[in-house]
Amino acid sequence: MKIAVCIKRVPDSETRVKIAADGKSLDEAGVKFILNPYDEFAVEEALRQKEKAGTGEVVVIALGPPAAQETIRTALAMGADRGVLLQTQGLHPDGLETARALAAELKDNGFDFILLGKMAIDDYNHQVGPMVAELLDLPCVTTVAHLEIAAGKATAEREIEGGVEVVEFPLPAVLTTDKGLNEPRYPALKGIMAAKKKPLDVKPVTLGPGALEILALTPPPERKEGKIVGEGTAAVAELVRLLREEAKVL
Amino acid sequence: MSHVLAVLEQRDGALRKVSHEIVTGARRLADALGGNVDALILAAGPARGADQLGRFGADRVITLTNPAFGMYAPEGSARAIAERINSGGYGAVVFAASATGKDLAPRVAARLGRPLAQDVTDLAVENGAVTLIRPVYAGKALLKLKVTGTPALISLRPNVFTPVERPKAGRQESAAVAGPAGRVVVKEIKAAEAGMLDVAEAPIVVSGGRGLKEPANFKVLEELAAAFAGRAAVGASRAVVDAGWRPHADQVGQTGKTVSPTLYVAVGISGAIQHLAGMRTSKVIVAINKDKDAPIFKVADYGIVGDLFEVVPKLTEEIKKLHG
Repeated sequence: MKIAVCIKRVPDSETRVKIAADGKSLDEAGVKFILNPYDEFAVEEALRQKEKAGTGEVVVIALGPPAAQETIRTALAMGADRGVLLQTQGLHPDGLETARALAAELKDNGFDFILLGKMAIDDYNHQVGPMVAELLDLPCVTTVAHLEIAAGKATAEREIEGGVEVVEFPLPAVLTTDKGLNEPRYPALKGIMAAKKKPLDVKPVTLGPGALEILALTPPPERKEGKIVGEGTAAVAELVRLLREEAKVL
Repeated sequence: MSHVLAVLEQRDGALRKVSHEIVTGARRLADALGGNVDALILAAGPARGADQLGRFGADRVITLTNPAFGMYAPEGSARAIAERINSGGYGAVVFAASATGKDLAPRVAARLGRPLAQDVTDLAVENGAVTLIRPVYAGKALLKLKVTGTPALISLRPNVFTPVERPKAGRQESAAVAGPAGRVVVKEIKAAEAGMLDVAEAPIVVSGGRGLKEPANFKVLEELAAAFAGRAAVGASRAVVDAGWRPHADQVGQTGKTVSPTLYVAVGISGAIQHLAGMRTSKVIVAINKDKDAPIFKVADYGIVGDLFEVVPKLTEEIKKLHG
């Protein structure tokens, strides 16, 4: 079983967002970067599928700056076999350019599975996985929360509004992973040491110009200062009055 | 002339509620671009609710039928939509940023070789170009983008674009689409309990966190939700989902669902940044918490400091009176 996992280096979810001087990007000073949490589910699933098959290779591919090598090492420490960094100067908002660069690397490499997190927690683009699938003409299921594979046929479950969709598809395929699919393992010390020696290719790539231009990155509007209506049950009647007469939501 | 295509969703042959929002967003763009709105439905046959779309600004309603379109058919749908877009004159294509829309829109975008902006919360036309706003970094910042070239492909965050009545002709057309459904086949939908609203779609969400102390205590929130007479869903914080008290489908926040209800009631939730990411675009936020310094009070419009096990039942009683 040969499996590719596309991963991304993203600011930690606890990051306090400070806008850079250009008014269009994140000020990265002091920001801690991590492996995108949704990609952890993808790495974990790849490892489990390889373990189940008893043989195979898990290749992690990241698109990003030189520092994304650390992110790849994290996945290698979890147990992936080798890494590829598609090294770029900067990422831009057009996810299709990201998908094109990944698809060019993935093409003709004989992967049974290509896994990605359902989205990255920085740009929330939520699109690269299915775009890669279309570009490679592979079947794709997104936001997979449950997966079963038997004899070249696979069944996935994905959450939709008010229910769960049960989806059948053939392999090879592209899947994007959601929380609930598995519990990602923590890299053990042994894994961390081994990761340092695993192969990691660095390939410079140049992204296309894309067709989305960033005009501005701004803080969200402050929510109007709220009020404490009161304490305990005595405040409930007043709350309901405010919701009806002031907020007009009841 | 630049027209706008509104890609709608149906389930079991009935248009989904978000469809009126999509037509409303599309109408706004079409007015600015000086074009018409074509509403597009993919279904196995005529869709219930299609005749209502003219009210919200659809000039034309096109239903593409294929026996495989009874369930969501990702590949067949993407192909049919891309063909329709290529057939003519669209300056913009608007999807819903629903579970289906977020899956479908990237497929169509890749087929067309066009960029996609998902989960858009505001849009406009400036100097002839579509501009839009979408939350990034867990809602801690807003990204304003300009789309170069046409068509602009966007998906709209549900519950953000309030449907506006703008009567137009809503002329009905229907065409059968040939071709296979594709390799990816939806076999069934395991429905959640009948009558339960999804947190991502409910106009009112009542969410609970660790303050509930144990899973059985969510009963007090279920009773409050029930008092809203079918308009409310029960949500949960990450802590209680991770603890196995509530299903992941109910989780609101960064690793759960993003919700924008009219009213969000946070009960026993401290307000971690991951939670705020999922609900800060709610129109009105109420917090009930015993800790007056809890961060949730910083984003809440109205707060009550107190024991939720006393405050919530009292609130349920008052809401019942309104609906009584």
